[in-house]
Amino acid sequence: MAAGHAHPLYRAGDSAVHRLPAHVKIVVAFVFVLAVVATPREAFAVFGCHLLLLAGVWVVARIPPGWLATRALIEAPFVVLAVLLPFFAAGPRVEWWGMSLSVDGLLAGWNILVKGTLGVLVSVTLAATTPLRDLVSGLSRLRVPAMVCVIATLMLRYLEVIVAEARRMRLARVSRGHDPRFVWQLGATVRSVGALFLRSYERGERVHLAMLSRGYTGTMPAFTTAPASTATWSVALLPAAAAVVCAASGYWVR
Amino acid sequence: MRGVGILGAVSSPPSLEVSGLAFAYPDGHQALFGVDLRIERGERVALLGPNGAGKTTLVLHLNGVHRAGAGEVRVGGLEVTREHVQEIRRRVGIVFQDPDDQLFMPTVGDDVAFGPANFGVTEPELSQRVSDALDAVGMADLADRSPMHLSGGQRRRVALATVLACDPEILVLDEPSTHLDPVARRELAEVLLGLDRTMLMVTHDLPYALQLCPRSVVIDGGVVVADAPTWDILADPDLLAAHRLELPFGFAL
Repeated sequence: MAAGHAHPLYRAGDSAVHRLPAHVKIVVAFVFVLAVVATPREAFAVFGCHLLLLAGVWVVARIPPGWLATRALIEAPFVVLAVLLPFFAAGPRVEWWGMSLSVDGLLAGWNILVKGTLGVLVSVTLAATTPLRDLVSGLSRLRVPAMVCVIATLMLRYLEVIVAEARRMRLARVSRGHDPRFVWQLGATVRSVGALFLRSYERGERVHLAMLSRGYTGTMPAFTTAPASTATWSVALLPAAAAVVCAASGYWVR
Repeated sequence: MRGVGILGAVSSPPSLEVSGLAFAYPDGHQALFGVDLRIERGERVALLGPNGAGKTTLVLHLNGVHRAGAGEVRVGGLEVTREHVQEIRRRVGIVFQDPDDQLFMPTVGDDVAFGPANFGVTEPELSQRVSDALDAVGMADLADRSPMHLSGGQRRRVALATVLACDPEILVLDEPSTHLDPVARRELAEVLLGLDRTMLMVTHDLPYALQLCPRSVVIDGGVVVADAPTWDILADPDLLAAHRLELPFGFAL
């Protein structure tokens, strides 16, 4: 049952990366992000190494860079801060194209930009190669508390249901001439958010009843994720290990 | 205790035996005033009655969500008590009215596996149960789909499969025909008629009750007011009128 739950970040495929067990990929992605974050900000070349490692993963997983780039745009709002820092930070300044920029601010902005971008790219890569359902079972395999996994599972399923319900409620409002253009017309929208909350709460109770009726006792039945072999682990951990070595070399070279 | 004595082989206990069942909600509202009901193995019975008659309250007693205030409920001879609640829930398969409430897992296959896995079924039998149950409702090729991407009729049949996978003693269907188009309604009826299981169907859809259930029980005001062949009940206009039941326009027996 690998097909699972399609989501906009998932790119179906059958590469070696796609086939890796989800919990292995989660650990690898986590270690990789840690290595990126731990890299000193002045070690510019090391970030290039990280990107190369990541690009290697994309080649194996057959993900086109353009596809990744559009999905990495989620980062855009955070970049604004990074762009502003060189202008407003204190400390020694440099002249660049007639603008006075703070050296410290430049480094801080670069730090946010490069680590944020690499972090987003790692996450998008993980999401692109792993269906949501497998992500949750991977988390449960990694001993994330059962209740968290249950909540995540139910959220996956009911987010769409609730969105569909909200869409129907909006349609019902619009059909009766509701056209909120000004702040003081938002009342109806706000009230329907309240109604949506109540409906979702009631649905929650009905779902719980349905779960109890099929023998739910507080623990989800074990997902069918087989443990990964040592060979799988060691191959999968290679890029993460390489990233850690790169990060460490950043300190040494400096 | 099950009747496994010298006579055990001769008479199997009824699938459902409700005697003198009374129940009041914590807020003091009395919903059931002494309900008696006996359903033999293999029977298909419709449970009719107006809104607020106590139908849903009765159903939630069958699998131990509500505990009897007085009287008792037995499923396949086993009394509904706190100690037996897990076995009772395996024996009583409730298909709820809204399949979106029943199908809470990311994929159809996961959802059908949820019940049997809770009741201790393990691989490889678990996969077998899942494919058998989906086969029985004609949904075998949809195991990997998300319930969100199914039609109303398909969801209803998958909800039925989630319960069938637990191999229940009695199937309880809450308003199985609501929100179904006529074709899906007929297809569901064909699936249900082909199952050969004990069935209790709560419904307002009287023609559907007639099509599927030879026997009907009318409940109103928390008591059983009629228990007879479905045809006889639907042919009694005074009885129907007294309990806010009505055949749809154009129907007459």
